[in-house]
Amino acid sequence: MMNLIDEGGKRLDGRSFDQLRPFSMQAGLLKSASGSAYIEQGGNKILVGVYGPRDSRSRYGTNQDKAVLRCRYHMLPFSTEERKSPQPSRREIEISKVIRDALEPALLLEEFPRSVIDIYIEVLQSDGGSRGASITAASIALADAGIPMKDLVSAVAVGKVNGHLVLDLSDTEDKEGEVDLPIAVMLNSGLITLMQMDGKLSEDEFRQAIDLAMGGAKELREAQRKALVQKYFKEVDS
Amino acid sequence: MKGLVLDNLRRDQLTDAISKGRRLDGRGMSEYRKLEIRPGIIPKAEGSARVKLGDTEVMAGVKIEHGKPFPDTPDQGVLIINAEVLPLASEYAEPGPPDEDAIELARVVDRGIRESKMVDVNKLVIVPGKEVYLMYVDISVISTGGNLFDASSYAVVAALINTKFKILKQEENGSVTPTGETSELPIVDLPVSITAVKIKKGIILDPDVEEESINDGRLTVAYDQEGNLCAIQKGQASGLKVEEIMEMVKMGKEKVPEIREMIRGALEKNG
Repeated sequence: MMNLIDEGGKRLDGRSFDQLRPFSMQAGLLKSASGSAYIEQGGNKILVGVYGPRDSRSRYGTNQDKAVLRCRYHMLPFSTEERKSPQPSRREIEISKVIRDALEPALLLEEFPRSVIDIYIEVLQSDGGSRGASITAASIALADAGIPMKDLVSAVAVGKVNGHLVLDLSDTEDKEGEVDLPIAVMLNSGLITLMQMDGKLSEDEFRQAIDLAMGGAKELREAQRKALVQKYFKEVDS
Repeated sequence: MKGLVLDNLRRDQLTDAISKGRRLDGRGMSEYRKLEIRPGIIPKAEGSARVKLGDTEVMAGVKIEHGKPFPDTPDQGVLIINAEVLPLASEYAEPGPPDEDAIELARVVDRGIRESKMVDVNKLVIVPGKEVYLMYVDISVISTGGNLFDASSYAVVAALINTKFKILKQEENGSVTPTGETSELPIVDLPVSITAVKIKKGIILDPDVEEESINDGRLTVAYDQEGNLCAIQKGQASGLKVEEIMEMVKMGKEKVPEIREMIRGALEKNG
């Protein structure tokens, strides 16, 4: 097993167990999109554009009662160590689905029957935890698009490396560690909208890991809020 | 089919029963539908199994080939799991490449098997770094009656345990040939997948197709032999509270021994 924690209890990048990687978020930077956001978290650089609600162009895939949410998570061919083929991989197809399911509960889609909302997530550079960062950013972009929402969705992965539960896995910790457990949550209601896990945890560890994720989500949520305030209430806030 | 009076009545009846701790087919909240596992149904496959779980029916087949290992795991055999919902499986299924649901199904089953370390892939090496065994596992859904995740997982587990393959060796000229002997796969764990759904405030295991259609959140968890959680997938565009997730995990963990015994029993009887 690779040594991922030093004798002083620090991780390879110098973080403590419950510390997020450096991150920054920005709302509303694409001109033609209804809403957009950009996030950096560790080595992740992710751009999200939201289009809609707009009329559905096809007769298929529309709903008489609410807007249909569509989502594409896509990694650019140069975003990874080895070139990623531009064709959607099985991983990307699954992640697109779970991200859509993670965001939909926050949206009041009933307000826009017969229309569609498209979320385009472009991973410009990928690092560990890109699905979490994508959800965090997409949530800002949806708010920026003026789509009525119950809450923002904030997401982060927790994991286990060298036997320790840690917050916000880096790429190395994800690949070399024992467990990856991404979680997305709407903090107002405490509802978890995404949860996946690879690797082994006891029931107790699992419970602790959720608490660790909640702490990280709170910090991220504050930054999401700030990104929106920055764009819309700059003068008032500063 | 929102708006149809009968559909709405049925939905009310379902949720009403579950809120009272009952289910319309008479099952308890944690009770699985009748589970039948028949291993070895396709003799030409190295391993196979058919699983019926209520109205859900799934086949899994294993084909063993040989080839190069993945570059990042040069000393391990390769496991590849795919799933297809056959067009005859329901009125909504259509021919064509796997859609996102089929891809998710395959990947969730894969994670449960892989993360439990069920098959010791370190033993599936012919020439380290050069030639390893490739396990292709294909899931074919024959009838979608709810809870495809668990039915497919049981079928794959049973098919892998049922597998017998030709042992290969590399000749001096580099070609890979059978030694004439056969072997079972190096099986070291028996993961069990348990799917729970929330309907209003009630939590049930093994949802049928109707229960699935009105669920307010789904959680599939795979458990290894030590009782650890080894893979999780939350499904459905909805939220679950932490307490609800912990309740689902608790109900699942209690259910695991019974299902594991049924899988073992079926394999002993037919294997």
